[in-house]
Amino acid sequence: MRTGYDLELVHLTKRYGDTVAVRNLNHVFAPGSYVCLLGPSGCGKSSTLRMIAGHEDVSEGSILLDGHDVSALPPAQRGTAMMFQNYALFPHLSVRDNVAFSLRMKGTDKPTRHKRADEMLALVDMSHLADRLPDQLSGGQQQRVALARALVTEPKVLLLDEPLSALDPFLRIRMRTELKKLQRELGITFIHVTHGQDEALALADKIVVMNDAVIEQAGPAREVWATPSTEFVARFIGGHNVIALPGGKATVRADAIRFAGDDTRDGTAATIVAVEYQGASVAVTSRTDAGEDVLALLPEQEFFAAPKSPGDAVRLSWDDRSLHRLRA
Amino acid sequence: MQLRNRHLIGWLEASPLALVLAAFLIAPILMIVIVSFWGATEFSIYPAFQLDNYEFLFSSPVTYRVFGATLKYAFITWALTFAIGFTVAYFLAFHVRSLTMQIALFLVCTIPFWTSNIIRMISWIPFLGRNGIANQTLISWGVIDEPLEWLLYSDFAVILAFVHLYTLFMVVPIFNTMMRIDKSLLEAARDNGANGFQTLVHVILPLTKPGIMIGTIFVVTLVMGDFITVRFMSGSQRANVGRLISNDIGLLQYPSAAATAVVLLCTVMIVIAILLRFVNIRKEL
Repeated sequence: MRTGYDLELVHLTKRYGDTVAVRNLNHVFAPGSYVCLLGPSGCGKSSTLRMIAGHEDVSEGSILLDGHDVSALPPAQRGTAMMFQNYALFPHLSVRDNVAFSLRMKGTDKPTRHKRADEMLALVDMSHLADRLPDQLSGGQQQRVALARALVTEPKVLLLDEPLSALDPFLRIRMRTELKKLQRELGITFIHVTHGQDEALALADKIVVMNDAVIEQAGPAREVWATPSTEFVARFIGGHNVIALPGGKATVRADAIRFAGDDTRDGTAATIVAVEYQGASVAVTSRTDAGEDVLALLPEQEFFAAPKSPGDAVRLSWDDRSLHRLRA
Repeated sequence: MQLRNRHLIGWLEASPLALVLAAFLIAPILMIVIVSFWGATEFSIYPAFQLDNYEFLFSSPVTYRVFGATLKYAFITWALTFAIGFTVAYFLAFHVRSLTMQIALFLVCTIPFWTSNIIRMISWIPFLGRNGIANQTLISWGVIDEPLEWLLYSDFAVILAFVHLYTLFMVVPIFNTMMRIDKSLLEAARDNGANGFQTLVHVILPLTKPGIMIGTIFVVTLVMGDFITVRFMSGSQRANVGRLISNDIGLLQYPSAAATAVVLLCTVMIVIAILLRFVNIRKEL
C-alpha cells in the first residue's frame, strides 16, 4: 500500500515525428524522496520531466500523481511546479512580484499574495532583495527566487531542470547542499534532471539512469554506484573499470585496483599511459596487453611510496570480491 | 597625450555623420525657424523679426481645427495599426513555429511596399468609389440598396490608407521585441497558472512595450507629417497640418508655412516626449 503523494509513470512514451524521445517508461517515484534523473544529453530525461510538468504532450501512456491521471491536465492543475534551467524569471517584475505571480493569476488580493511571497522569500533567504529586479541579482540569487516562485504554489512534486548547470562550481556545491536541506524540510518529492553523476550521487535518495529513451537502472544512489547493472551505467556513473572476463563483462571499482610488485606473476600485465595527481588520490591510467584502458585510483601516500610514471610496466591486481558482474 | 589623442580620434570618427546631420538636418530646421519670423506681402517675403505669423496662427480657429484633425488621424491610425500590428506580430512570433515560414510570412507583410505610395493610394479609388468594387459587391449581396458615399473621399478613406501604409511600421518593431522574449517565460507563466490571456497581459505585453513604443513613434510622426495621403484620399475635402503647410507654400507664403511647420515640429516632439516618459526604449536600441 502506497501512501502520500506518489508519482507514477505508466508506459510513458514521447515521440517527435519518427524519433522516440522516451520509450515506454514505467517508474514509481516514492513520496518525499529526492530523485535524480541522470543521463547524457539527448537521453530523454528532459522530455520526461517536461511531460510530468505538462509542458510537453504525452504521446502514449499516463502520469499518475496521488492516484489521479494528470497527463491531460494543464501544468498548474497537476500539483507539480517546475524550476527552469535558466530560471525564467519575469524580467519586468520585482522579485516579490515574480514569486507572487501564480497567486496573482489566481486572483489573490495584493496584501495576501505579498505576505505569502515574503514568507517564501524568507524560506530561501532572499527577503532583503524582494524589491530588486531579476537583472540586478547574481545567478545564485536568481535561482533562489525561481525556487521560491515554484514553491509558492505548494506543489506535491517539484521538478528541477538542470538547476545547477548555470552556476560556477563553487556555488553549485553550495546550492546543492541547500536544495537537499530544503527538500528535507518541505518533505515533498524533488525530481532533478542532471547530466552530472557527482551531482546525482551527492543529492539523490534515488537515481534513475536514462540512456537512449529508456531507463537503464533505477535505485538508491549507493546501489547504483556499487552495483551498476549495465556497462553504460558503469561507464556513465564513473569510478569503474569495465573488464571483459570469460563469461561476460564485469566492473571493478577504480579504487580497488592495486599495482602488484614487478617480481610477482599475479595480476594482469599493463603499461602506464597517464598519471594524474588529484590531491587526495592519484589517478593512474594503464593499458593492458589486451588493449583495455584501466583506471586506478590510489591514495596519495600509497602512490608516492612507490611512484610510477608513464611507460612503466606494472601488474594490475584486484580483490575478486570487488568484481561485479554486469547484466548481459 | 595618449588621452588627448583618443579624444581627437573619437571626434574624427564622429565628424562625418555629424557634418551630414548638421548640413542636411540642423541647418534646414534652423532656416525654417528663422524664416518663420520673416514677413510677407502678397508678392514678396522680407527678412524681419516679427511674431505676426505665430500671432495669426494662434488666433485663427482654423489652426486649432486642423491640428485637432491631425491629432485625430494620428490617434485613430495609431489605435488601428497597433491592434493589427500587435496581432500580426504575435501570430508571427509565437504561433508560426518554423523560421522559414516566419520569414516567408514576414515578406508577405511587405507586399504593400512593392509599389509607390501614390500608386497604392490611387488603386484604392476604383475599389472604394461610388461605382467601385466594394459598393457593387455589397449591392449585389443585397447588404445595401444604394452606394455608400463615405467609402471614398472621407475620413474613413484617409484612415484606411494610413492603416494600409503604416501597419508594417508597427509590425516590425513589435515582432522584433517579441522574438527576443525567452520562450521559457511563457512556459513559466503557464506553470504558474496563467491562461493565454493572462500571459498576454502580464508577460508578453509588458515585455513588448519598447517595440510598441518604437512603432508608435514611427506611425505618429509619419501620420502627423503627412499631406499627400489626406489630399488624395479625402479628395481635398479634409485638411491636416501638412496640407496647411503645403497650401501656404503653393501661395508662396513661406514665412507662414515655416511658422506652421515649427508649431507642428514642437507638437510632434511633445507627443514623443510624453510617450518616452512611459517607456524606456533605450535597452531596445
